[in-house]
Amino acid sequence: MKAAVIVFPGSNRERDMARALKQAVGTPPAMVWHAETALPAGTDLVVLPGGFSYGDYLRCGAIAALSPIMSAVSEHAKRGGLVLGVCNGFQILCEARLLPGVLVRNAGVGFLCKPVHLRVETSASPFTRGYRRGERITVPIAHGEGNWVADSETVAKVEDRGLVAFRYCDERGRVSPGTSPNGATNEIAGLFNAKKNVLGLMPHPENAIEPAHGSTDGFGLFLSMAGALADA
Amino acid sequence: MRARVVVTLKAGVLDPQGKAIEGALSGLGFSGVDGVRQGKVFDLVTRHTDPTKAKAEIGAMCERLLANTVIESYTIEIMG
Repeated sequence: MKAAVIVFPGSNRERDMARALKQAVGTPPAMVWHAETALPAGTDLVVLPGGFSYGDYLRCGAIAALSPIMSAVSEHAKRGGLVLGVCNGFQILCEARLLPGVLVRNAGVGFLCKPVHLRVETSASPFTRGYRRGERITVPIAHGEGNWVADSETVAKVEDRGLVAFRYCDERGRVSPGTSPNGATNEIAGLFNAKKNVLGLMPHPENAIEPAHGSTDGFGLFLSMAGALADA
Repeated sequence: MRARVVVTLKAGVLDPQGKAIEGALSGLGFSGVDGVRQGKVFDLVTRHTDPTKAKAEIGAMCERLLANTVIESYTIEIMG
């Protein structure tokens, strides 16, 4: 698997992401500066890491979505290549219209930094195939703008097509109104594009891969991607 | 030519910042506030001299960058 992590001015989780990718596949990813116009030849997976690209100016992810490298990322996605966006990466994917909706300020206004429980909504994707459907995992969040919203038509489409990857749940894996810490519509923590080759999620699976992190539940996502690409 | 763009959240979109400001205003003793919605103002200087052309171009800027039309709407005022 050849992975590329895009580094924007203000990214801050790119090293954690690189470490998780290396642990899952054995080789470190290419670190690609946002001003590049092409991905390294043979890139299978593009990752947009967390952080505060461009200081979150205008709207989170809005300026990064127009970075030179993003045309190549869009092309990669259109060809069916895997794209993962975590936290600010999710915000960038929404602003780039590679995923529907937008992430707005948490309903409680404050920045949230804590472990949360997620329910895996499907194992039928290259990102979640290593999990069981309905499995509860524990992964940290760290964001001020993680409240996913969209118009009702878009929400219905996302639900009808089974494009929700993860929902915030309680410790017993139950999803109900209010289990989302940030007010996200339908407790959505992560979602796919229509072809399920693009995933965006607010929680940080790269920060739940070792016992010292308090949870290793996030590693399944990296093993899933590595497995999917090895089979491809 | 100068222009002012006002970007506001669409009706129905939750505005936690507006809510927090509303709470702070009532904390200051302003009891007559029934709602606060926070928005953004952009003052642009454009080289266009034709207001119609200026407005069309600024409209494109709003669609591409200044507003996220999933949640926001915008108005453009040509200030002369």
